[in-house]
Amino acid sequence: MAFLTDRKRAEGLGSAKSGTEHHWHTMVSSVAMCGLIPLFILTFGAAYGGTYEEMLAYYSRPFPAIVALLTLLVGWVHFRLGVQALIEDYTGGFTRKALVIGMACLCYTAAATGVFAIARIAL
Amino acid sequence: MADVNRGNRPLSPFMIGHVYKPQLTSMTSIFTRITGNALLVAGLMITWWFIGLATGPEAFARADGFLRSWFGDLVMFLSLWALLYHTLFGIRHLIWDTGRMLEVDRSETYAIGAIIASVLLTIFIAVVV
Repeated sequence: MAFLTDRKRAEGLGSAKSGTEHHWHTMVSSVAMCGLIPLFILTFGAAYGGTYEEMLAYYSRPFPAIVALLTLLVGWVHFRLGVQALIEDYTGGFTRKALVIGMACLCYTAAATGVFAIARIAL
Repeated sequence: MADVNRGNRPLSPFMIGHVYKPQLTSMTSIFTRITGNALLVAGLMITWWFIGLATGPEAFARADGFLRSWFGDLVMFLSLWALLYHTLFGIRHLIWDTGRMLEVDRSETYAIGAIIASVLLTIFIAVVV
């Protein structure tokens, strides 16, 4: 015989509040990616395949550098949100927590690496 | 009311498997997820390429050499398709979020168009750009 009420069971399990926020952040970053992806494909595609010196000169220019920086930064943040939804759908318990935290660390490390690399090339 | 059966309730059938036959709606949905998450590999490769370029000629040669090897080429080509597919079907989600195009037939028309567009654009970009 359980004395807990339905409300008590539901409380703290994560309401629409944080759920909609996750979805909203995914939508915001996806709209940004709609603009960034064509620009990144065009700029990266135009340069890709050149020598070290050519690449360095190309990514010293403001436009390709800013496009690449934003694509890597927003892209990794968008990926973090998406991969968390994937993990939460198919795993549970400790595995879920470990994977969500691990992927968050990986994504932010990759985002920081990309931003650092492009800043160092461009400046 | 507080004593509802919480342990032995029927589960809704999983979208893929023996319960539902494969349909365009479910398949395009799961492929949006697969392509998005598979882009982890290309994302790490491109990030590695940029940090290599920032580090020096030897580090760049290692990353660039891997990306332009036959294996790197294959991953980059498939990832280009994955990126375009995920983008086109992500746009469908943005349209759905406005409450439009939720009818199955219109959604499937978009899906067929987006599948064809993603393949043609992949070939076009790989050849031209």
